[in-house]
Formats: sequence, structure tokens, C-alpha cells
Amino acid sequence: MMIRFIKRDEISKKKDITIKITSVILALFTFSIVFMLMDKNPLDIYASMLKGAFGSAYSIRETIKLAIPLCIAALGVAVAFKMHFWNIGAEGQILMGAFAASIFALKFGTMSRPVLLLIMMVAGIIGGSLWALIPAVFKAKWGTNETIVTLMMNYIAIKWIIFLQHGPLKDPNAKGFAKIANFTNNAILPEIFKVHIGWIIAIVLVIFIFIFMNYTKRGYEISVLGESEKTALYSGVNIKKTIIISILLSGGLCGLVGMIQASGISNTLVEGVSGGVGYTAIIVAWLGYLSAPVIFIVSILFAALQQGGSFIQTSYGIPAATALILQAMILFFVLGSEFFIKFKIVKKVGDAK
Amino acid sequence: MSTVPHISMKGITKIFGKVVANNNINLEINSGEIHALLGENGAGKSTLMNILSGIYIPDRGSIFISGKEVKFSAPKDAINAKIGMIHQHFKLVEVMTSLENIMLGQKTGFIINKNKVIKEITELSNIYGLEVDVNKRVYDMSVGEKQILEILKVIYRGAKILVLDEPTTVFTPQETKKLFKIMNKMKEQGCAIIFISHKMDEVMEISDKITVLRKGETITTLNKKDTNPEKLAELMVGHPVDLSIKRVEFESSENILEVKNLRVLDEEGIERLKGLSFTVKEGEILGMAGIVNSGQKELCEALVGMQPVKSGEINFQGENVVGKNTREIIKKGISMSFIPEDRLGMGLVGSMDMVDNLMLKEYHSQKGFFIDKKPAINTAKEIIKKLEIKTPGIYYPIKNLSGGNIQKILLGRELAANPKLLIMAYPVRGLDINTCYTIYDLINEQKAKGVGVIFIAEDLDVLIQLCDRVMVICNGEITGTLQGAQTTKEEIGLLMTGHKNELKEA
Repeated sequence: MMIRFIKRDEISKKKDITIKITSVILALFTFSIVFMLMDKNPLDIYASMLKGAFGSAYSIRETIKLAIPLCIAALGVAVAFKMHFWNIGAEGQILMGAFAASIFALKFGTMSRPVLLLIMMVAGIIGGSLWALIPAVFKAKWGTNETIVTLMMNYIAIKWIIFLQHGPLKDPNAKGFAKIANFTNNAILPEIFKVHIGWIIAIVLVIFIFIFMNYTKRGYEISVLGESEKTALYSGVNIKKTIIISILLSGGLCGLVGMIQASGISNTLVEGVSGGVGYTAIIVAWLGYLSAPVIFIVSILFAALQQGGSFIQTSYGIPAATALILQAMILFFVLGSEFFIKFKIVKKVGDAK
Repeated sequence: MSTVPHISMKGITKIFGKVVANNNINLEINSGEIHALLGENGAGKSTLMNILSGIYIPDRGSIFISGKEVKFSAPKDAINAKIGMIHQHFKLVEVMTSLENIMLGQKTGFIINKNKVIKEITELSNIYGLEVDVNKRVYDMSVGEKQILEILKVIYRGAKILVLDEPTTVFTPQETKKLFKIMNKMKEQGCAIIFISHKMDEVMEISDKITVLRKGETITTLNKKDTNPEKLAELMVGHPVDLSIKRVEFESSENILEVKNLRVLDEEGIERLKGLSFTVKEGEILGMAGIVNSGQKELCEALVGMQPVKSGEINFQGENVVGKNTREIIKKGISMSFIPEDRLGMGLVGSMDMVDNLMLKEYHSQKGFFIDKKPAINTAKEIIKKLEIKTPGIYYPIKNLSGGNIQKILLGRELAANPKLLIMAYPVRGLDINTCYTIYDLINEQKAKGVGVIFIAEDLDVLIQLCDRVMVICNGEITGTLQGAQTTKEEIGLLMTGHKNELKEA
């Protein structure tokens, strides 16, 4: 008997989803070997992860707080990816957005709250989009590889924030600690249902991006351009303009994440304001088929994974990094499952003689 | 010669997913015979030959060579059984010389005795009349030369059974003649040749026996002398077909397009169009013939503003459109459809559905920020009906459709825009006979409406029958313009290779 792989012609949505879900379950299953090596019952651990993420009103709020930046940043990444512009620089764009917003928060802390917050949002969007514009212009002008440039610019952004912490923006009242002063209350996002209003912004943006990508001319042009530059040119799309607009949008969304995190979570500018969100967002965008509603769901699942991960850290003494490995494992399995979406296995029975 | 057929394929069945590509096919080939496999696209010709050359493994059925059953699990097995396949797309390494390509993948010792190989190659060349310059690099070769090198390569590996998959698609008539001469020589040497084609006249010219396949099944095997093109076409399609293209008469005087001294450079700064001047009248079909990459693509793109023009004029209805952008030019009524070799590269977006694809050229004329998909939905439904497009629905990604249906969508969109000048490059590339004729009819329909048509194609017979004038380009220059009704394939073929002086211009 022999096993052979045969290319599938097409696959139904249902089967596609079944394969994806199976791959996630397999990832959990495989990972339980690690738990068993630790002499822990994997089922218990998964159950308590679930409890840690959704078990109480408090844990649900914490999960949502993690999901907000993931969701918005993933939307930003997805806009660029849709155009086949591989923006790996969400992390840096988040930081620069946070930086731009913080300038206003620190300088005009006494301004009225709604005005200041609005200014900070705009500043965050502009900060992120300008940071994203640099690799876009480089690519348009000199054909540089955007993957590398956006990635390297992340490190520049991180070092820039650290420099500010130790130098120009160091808080003199922090007793020698290298940190930036906390925002005044006016610069902090208000809460609704005990979660900062970032969650409302996220929902609005999911709807906005969904409509933008599917029902507007610009969104249509971005998809066409991503698929084939020749076709875009042929149908009269202004290619440079479309690239610039979508990159500004992509970076702007990431910059907004920076503002939300600085204002709503850390209440100041720290280099950990992005905390790897920019990278996880790439995974979220990818697993979410670059489609806004799916990204919304995936970002909540990923947030739950992280929240559950930190819960088992306290209750079982398992490092929270476990959750990160599990995340990676899930990604590997889902990417691997692509193979089974493209091919099917058939058992070939040897000829009957 | 023995009475056992040299190759015999019995009951071959191959299924891909839901598609039965080969269903219980039987084929017998004798040595010293040129056997044509005739059939439309999707009839299963290529699948069958891929099975014979060990690329695919059949689900059922067996192959016998000289009466002995063989089982191929890899192309290597087929090569060992002296079967040589020559694919439509050559498998040659561009930067290597002929000699290096021939030696590639051969089991020789650590030290290669070049002189010995050259001697062997020369001997083979003499036997079969294959002229190959062993030191020429492949990228310097014409398609004809590459083809000969491919043949030499498989013969050097000992092939006695040669499979040629649509070898003449991109050939000039002269190159085709040369290939046929070689095929006849090989036949004399006792080789068996399987010739896949859907060009009726070539099949009638070269083959001894003809096997017709339709929808994955063997319909019949005939001796050439017992049949004729009309009969074959009927067997291929399944019902009688009219093989003549009607010529629509249209009395026109107005020039719709005047191109003067057009020069175009490509990205590397190489001149691809070297001063073209020509005109197209209203209701006229101007055919364009030429070897691949003679400047057809550049001309198409320049006419619609996708390629920057270095110098020269493109006057459309009296107005110079050079320097205008694509969108403005399309709005003025020029439609261009270029079917590239992969059929999808330009003009359509594979992952999108029909509606989104139909919107490509008109969405920007809508007002406002949002897109209204309704007009495109209606057009989609109309086109499906009018052109008999087979699709599960208008929201189905078009890349999953068959090539013919994809092309119909492209054409349907171009015609729905009611253009005044229609530029069509390779509109029937890879289509089956029926669809080809539908498309010729559509072009004639446009002509009757007074639309000027530029028709770029590979099939010279069609160019001669369909076009009022045939313009031949070679290496970015016009080598002649001939009257469609009066010219011959040979005449065009000579111009295609740049033999300007051997003919007086029409």
C-alpha cells in the first residue's frame, strides 16, 4: 500500500475551516506532551487557561484589554498585506505612534480631556503613518525590500524610546529611575464597563475596515494592486498614490494602537508599550485571512491564549512563556495545514496482480 | 517489422479529483509511424502523454512496449524504455550551450570526454538531419533551434519513441516545414513519433495515423488517407463544425487610428519598437503576425498608455494620445485585451470573482467614495448568457474556471465597454475549436459595427482568413503589410523572420 498526495482542485469553505480547526486541536494535543513531561495533566491546564481568560468578569476584561491592540494592529497589518506590502514594522509604528501622542500628553496635560485625547489620537495616527511611510517611499523610489526595512526600523524605534527615557524626557521626580513622567488624568482614556474605550474604537475600526476594503473604490484598488500590478496599471489605478494611501492607513492604525496603549494601559511612554503586539498582529492578520471580521475573532482568541497563559503561571507555576510557545505551535500547525488544504491524501492500493 | 505494435496503451484511466482526464483509453503505435493525437483542450491528450512519459501514474490500465508490460513510476523509467517527450515549454537551461544541455543529467564518469560526446552528437545530427551548433548558448537560439536541440537531446538519450506536445504553436511555417522534414527522417529510421496537435492541416500533412480523443475517451483511430479535415473536426467536437471563417465586408474610409514613427524602449532601455507607422480604418481588421517577442506586447501597451513612448505619434480619431494615462485612453474608446501565456497575467485578477473583475475598468467612472456593484452584476449575468460561460456563479473566483471561460469573461468585459478600437492579442490562445469560432464571430460582429480591430495572433491561417490586412513585424520593425485575401502563409512566414528584401511589399 502506498500513500500519495493529490492536488485538490478546490475546497469548500466548510472543509477548509474543519482542517484549520483540526490543526489547532492537534497543536494543543501535541503541546500537551510538554505538560505531561512536567507531570501536569494537560486537560486541567487547558481548562484553567480557559478559566483564566473567560472565567470571571475581571478576567474577561483583562482578555479584552489584550485583544484591543492585537485587533487594531492586525487590521493595520492586513491593509498592507492585502497590497502584498509586507509590513513587519507594526511594532515600530506602534512605538512611534505612542511617542507622538505622548509629546502632547506631557506638554499639554492640563488641556480639556476630550480635546487632548483627540489631539493625541491624531498625533498617534500621524506618528505611526509617517514611520511606515519611510519604507514605502524607499520601496517606491529605490525598490528596497520592505520586509527588511520595516523590521530594522522597529529597532530604531525601540532605541529611540529608550533614549528618551534616559535623556530628554527622563522624569526628574522619579528618584533617579529612568522613566518618563506619568500622564495627567486628562491624557488617559476614559473607561466604559471598566475597560478603556479602546474596545469601542476597535469595534468601530473593524466595521470601518470591512466596509473600506469591500465597498469602496480605494479598497478595491488596494486588492487589485496586491494581486497584479500590471492589471492595476491597466485598469488605470494610480499605483504610487494607492501604495502611499494604504501604507499611511496601515501605519496610522498601528500608531493609534500606540496611543491607546500609552494612554489606556501604561499611562506613560515606555519602550514596552507595544510588548510584541506588532509581531503577534502579523500572525493574527494572517490567520484572520486579512478579513476584518475574522481578525476580530482571532485577536480575541489570541488574547485569551495570552491571558490564560499568565493565569497558569500563577496557578501552576508554569512560565507564561509557555503560552508564547503554544501560540507559535498553533501557528506552525495552521500553516502546516495549508498543505492539506492544497493537497489530499489518497491511499493507493497496489495493482491487483 | 513485427506485427506486435511497438507501444500499446490499454484501458488507461486517470482521474483528477472529480475530473476524469482519461477514461479507458486505448492507443497503439507502431515503429516507423507518425501518429497524431487530435483533440480539443481538455480532451486528455497531454494527460495520456504524461502517463506514457512516466510523469503521471495511471489509476488503471497498462502500457506494453514491444509486447512486454512496463510500469513507469518516474520519468527515468520512461527514458530507459526509450521514450522521449518534448514538452510545449522547453526544458532547457538558457545560459548553457547546446552541448552542456545535452550532457546535463547524463550518467558519465567523473571526467567527461567532450570530444567523444561531440562526435556522437554529430553522428546523430547527420542521421536525422538535425543541425545544431554545439557551442551556441540557448538564449541565443530561435524557438526552432531550441526545438531541434530538444529533439537531439532526447535522441542522444536513446529515445526511439518521440512524443511532441503541440510543437508548432509558436513556429513560422518555415520552421514547421523543417520540423516535419526531421520527423520524416526519424520515421525512416524506424522511430515512432506521437504528434499532439489541434491544427488540422498539420495533422493531415504529416501523420500516418490519427487518433481522436474527446472528453477523455478514444473516439477512433483512422488512417490519414481515409479521412479529411471536416470529418476530423466533427469527431473532435462531437458535431459538425463549419471550418471557414466568413469575411465581413465593410466599406470604410475614415482612419480611426494612425500611428506614426512609434518608438518604445523597455525598462532596460532596449528599443523594442523601432519606428512603427500604420493605420487602422473603421470597420477594418488589421492582423498582426510576428514571432513571439517581436514587439507585440510593447505595441499593445504603448497604444493604451501603459508603456512610455519615446517618440512618435498615436492619433486616435485625429487626436494624439501619447502621454495620456491609461484611464483617459480607455475612456476615449480604446479597448485592449492581451492574453498572456499564463492567460491570467494581465487584465484579470484570478482570486476575485466575476463581478469584481468586470468592475475593473468602469468602477472609477462611478461617483463618490463607495462602489456600486449592481451594474457589474447585471453585466456578469448578461455575459454568462451571451458567451455561454460555464461557472458555478458570478461570485466564484475566476482562477478556478477553465482557461476558455476566463478568456470569455475578459472578452465579454472588453466588448461590453462598446469600444471604438479593439486591440486583441492572442484572444484564442489555447481555446477549443468551438470557442475560437465564437470569438471570430464576435470580432466580425464588432467589425460590422464599424469598430476598428487590431488582431494579434499566432495562427497564420486565421489571420489570412479573418483580417483585411496583415501587418508583419519582426524585431520591432514592420517588415511588410499584406492583403489578407491575397497572401499566403509562406509569404507571411518569410516576413516574420525579417526577409524583407525577398518580397516586394504589397
